[in-house]
Amino acid sequence: MYDYDLIVIGGGPAGLAAAISAYENGISKILILERDRELGGILNQCIHNGFGLHTFKEELTGPEYAARYVRKVLDLGIEYRTDTMVLDITPDKTVTAVNRKNGIIKLSAKTIILAMGCRERPRGALGIPGFRPAGIYTAGTAQRLVNMDGVMPGREIVILGSGDIGLIMARRLTLEGASVKVVAEILPYSGGLKRNIIQCLDDFGIPLQLSHTVVDIKGRKRVEGVTIAEVDDRLRPIPGTEKEYDCDTLLLSVGLIPENELSKSAGVELSRATKGPVVDESLETSVPGVFACGNVLHVHDLVDNVSEEAAYAGRSAARYAAGASSDARSQKVAVKAGQHVRYTVPSFVDPERTDETITIRFRVTDVLKNCSVRVLFDGVPVKTYKKRVVAPGEMEEVKIIREAFLAYHKLAEITIMIETEA
Amino acid sequence: MYDVIIIGAGVTGCAAARELSRYELNGCVIEKNYDVCEGTSKANSGIIHAGYDAKPGSMMAEMNVEGNSMMDSLAEELDFPFRRNGSLVVCRREEDRPKIQELLERGRKNGVPDLRIVELEELRKLEPNISDEALCALYAPTAGIVCPMTMTIAFAENAAENGMNFMLGTEVLDIHKEDGFFTVVTDKGGLNARAVVSAAGIWGDFFHNRMNSRKIHITPRRGEYILLDKTCGGHVAHTIFPLPTALGKGVLAAPTVHGNLLIGPTAEDTDDREGTNVRGEGLDKLKSRAGENVKDLPFDQMITSFAGLRAHEDGYDFLIGESDENPGFFEAAGIESPGLSASPAIGRKIAEMVSGRYGFRLKQNFHSVRKGIVKPLEMSEEERQALILSDPLYGNIICRCNTVSEGEIRDAIRRPLGAAALDGVKRRTWAGMGRCQAGFCTPRIMDILAEKYGLALTDISKCGPGSQLAEGKLKDSL
Repeated sequence: MYDYDLIVIGGGPAGLAAAISAYENGISKILILERDRELGGILNQCIHNGFGLHTFKEELTGPEYAARYVRKVLDLGIEYRTDTMVLDITPDKTVTAVNRKNGIIKLSAKTIILAMGCRERPRGALGIPGFRPAGIYTAGTAQRLVNMDGVMPGREIVILGSGDIGLIMARRLTLEGASVKVVAEILPYSGGLKRNIIQCLDDFGIPLQLSHTVVDIKGRKRVEGVTIAEVDDRLRPIPGTEKEYDCDTLLLSVGLIPENELSKSAGVELSRATKGPVVDESLETSVPGVFACGNVLHVHDLVDNVSEEAAYAGRSAARYAAGASSDARSQKVAVKAGQHVRYTVPSFVDPERTDETITIRFRVTDVLKNCSVRVLFDGVPVKTYKKRVVAPGEMEEVKIIREAFLAYHKLAEITIMIETEA
Repeated sequence: MYDVIIIGAGVTGCAAARELSRYELNGCVIEKNYDVCEGTSKANSGIIHAGYDAKPGSMMAEMNVEGNSMMDSLAEELDFPFRRNGSLVVCRREEDRPKIQELLERGRKNGVPDLRIVELEELRKLEPNISDEALCALYAPTAGIVCPMTMTIAFAENAAENGMNFMLGTEVLDIHKEDGFFTVVTDKGGLNARAVVSAAGIWGDFFHNRMNSRKIHITPRRGEYILLDKTCGGHVAHTIFPLPTALGKGVLAAPTVHGNLLIGPTAEDTDDREGTNVRGEGLDKLKSRAGENVKDLPFDQMITSFAGLRAHEDGYDFLIGESDENPGFFEAAGIESPGLSASPAIGRKIAEMVSGRYGFRLKQNFHSVRKGIVKPLEMSEEERQALILSDPLYGNIICRCNTVSEGEIRDAIRRPLGAAALDGVKRRTWAGMGRCQAGFCTPRIMDILAEKYGLALTDISKCGPGSQLAEGKLKDSL
């Protein structure tokens, strides 16, 4: 006897959508565990709008988008606990958590959905030389201070990394009275959405320096300045190109890493490319009955995709809980990242068990213009469509209908690749 | 008038303070930084050396071996993490064998127990990740690893509990001796004392030279480190050293008591007495040097890097003693490696010298046991559950990377010489020292500090005045 049919780890957009979908697909004994004091996850601090264009055909702020799902969870009476930190998940799906009210709790689940989201790469992991003063923040931490605590991390800002969070914070801090001197980006292209470059940098006259990085941080107690240098095509700083910037704050938007400590303790196999769990088309991980969705699976750009992916995971969990067999998958077809593709989610599909349409999401390795996305079955192109531009910062997807699989006998490998105009 | 003033609240000053607090005297430790353990004591290898490095007959050798032997009972008494994991000095070339032999003989002369040379087969068993070029190694089972911050803080808390006063955030600018007592001039006024103990680290020569005509000279020697994630903590079991050079013991690789892997230090002389910055060249050097003795070091798992300054005196030995010209002025100067290992012995030696000269009496009611911060993570499940039910704040996790609860953080603030800034909380609880490097917990710890001290968020600092974490409220400059 299980305590719950489904325990969802994380009450952010992924966890909420997954729980609702699981409920709507027949599971009723669901528990959402959330470590923050309220549901909503990272959306609670994303007070800018632009969320929900696909899902609701509206431009909502983060909290508004989250509220739609929180409202549904409350209306459906789905059980949840906040201020509750999950400490461990075992391969037999026992969840250990802790909170003030109950102390340590151990709960058994028939299925688990991992929706823990991701964390930011800190200065320390990048190894930026210099001192270690106050005033160095990852963009998300700064966002929390501004949007939830109402304080400015600093007033003279330099930002390293043109990922979306860095861009959003450039605008945010400017609107609150700070001076953002420059956004430096180590790659020759930005990692953020094109619309954010325009709306956050161009519109505010904040310069973007591509192929540049921070090579020194000055100031013993508080940041006093940074040194920015140009980098070569191997991303190494070029001596002689150093430029000093006075500032009291360095914001870092230099990478998001799916938070998979709990996945590891559950025995879930992780992908080296995504740092998230290896999953099949139903979003089931290598541990039967454990599913993953949202940023913990792979870092997304649009919350709409997270909600869609999570809904899928919820449905899969419901099927699993209802007794759909998960053993002895008859035919596993590998999904491979081909030329110019960095990774795909899922990593394999099972056409026998699969849904009507399979969605394969992927990211490319470079900015490529006037190219074609190609889907190959055992090396033979079955689907091609043209793209004006693809970029690493904008997740792509292809949808393949089930009939296409069944028409192919003994399909062994699907490849997603990008073909550029020769 | 104080009986004794100690300048410096690093591990040396705090060890001396703790030992002196055994006696009936009126003492005060003066520290220029906002908290104890803000200098080299928080930026070192955390190694308790076996004691074969130092020259036989030197003060370094004597204090190292003695300090090492005191560690087990001290760690239990003062409740700080210490583990004898043993060390290996690796030899990679046949022509270097005599050097290993020399270290062995030196160690034996210094009184280091159980030293022996291990050959390749045994070495590979002891350390599967040892370099393919390794031939043999000097094995010192008595070497250990310690948390230098907890150790320093434990000394300080115990001293404070036993009546030692601490003046933090107070810089000693000068010392004079007149009419048989000392005037210690600080940026917050003058204090008088019958005796002064200088444990001033990098600034040890400044105070020595004020009191003695034979001058000493300290060169700050920077040591940079790389800290790797806890997933790498088992990459090596022992502390792995290269053969030592004139500059020091070389770049080591060692597990830490907290489960991380530590690589370092470099050795780079600098003029800058506050030059604790990490240089790009330093990081590169660490990666190549450490790789000489240990293979497959997972540098992609780096979570942070830091640097400390060794107080290297020209004579390359500890200077521990009383001034002839100005009796009553005592010092522990030039305390670079093996300073941490030696600190218990140095503290005891200083206390014996000072109490001997002034005839201070031992207290009847000295509390020798100090209990550290209660850590739910180290308890059994039943104990942990009971703790949380009695104090729910132990069930509210603030630092997710190291699973540190609000109860521990509040304890860190409440206790003697409690944390008053973010770094103080980090050093006492290990919150913020994990792989997200305080990205998640900083706003939460700021909230707790603000509440406990009745301050605004914008008053909360990283390490004292001038290191404020937030610069005012939204739109206040528009």
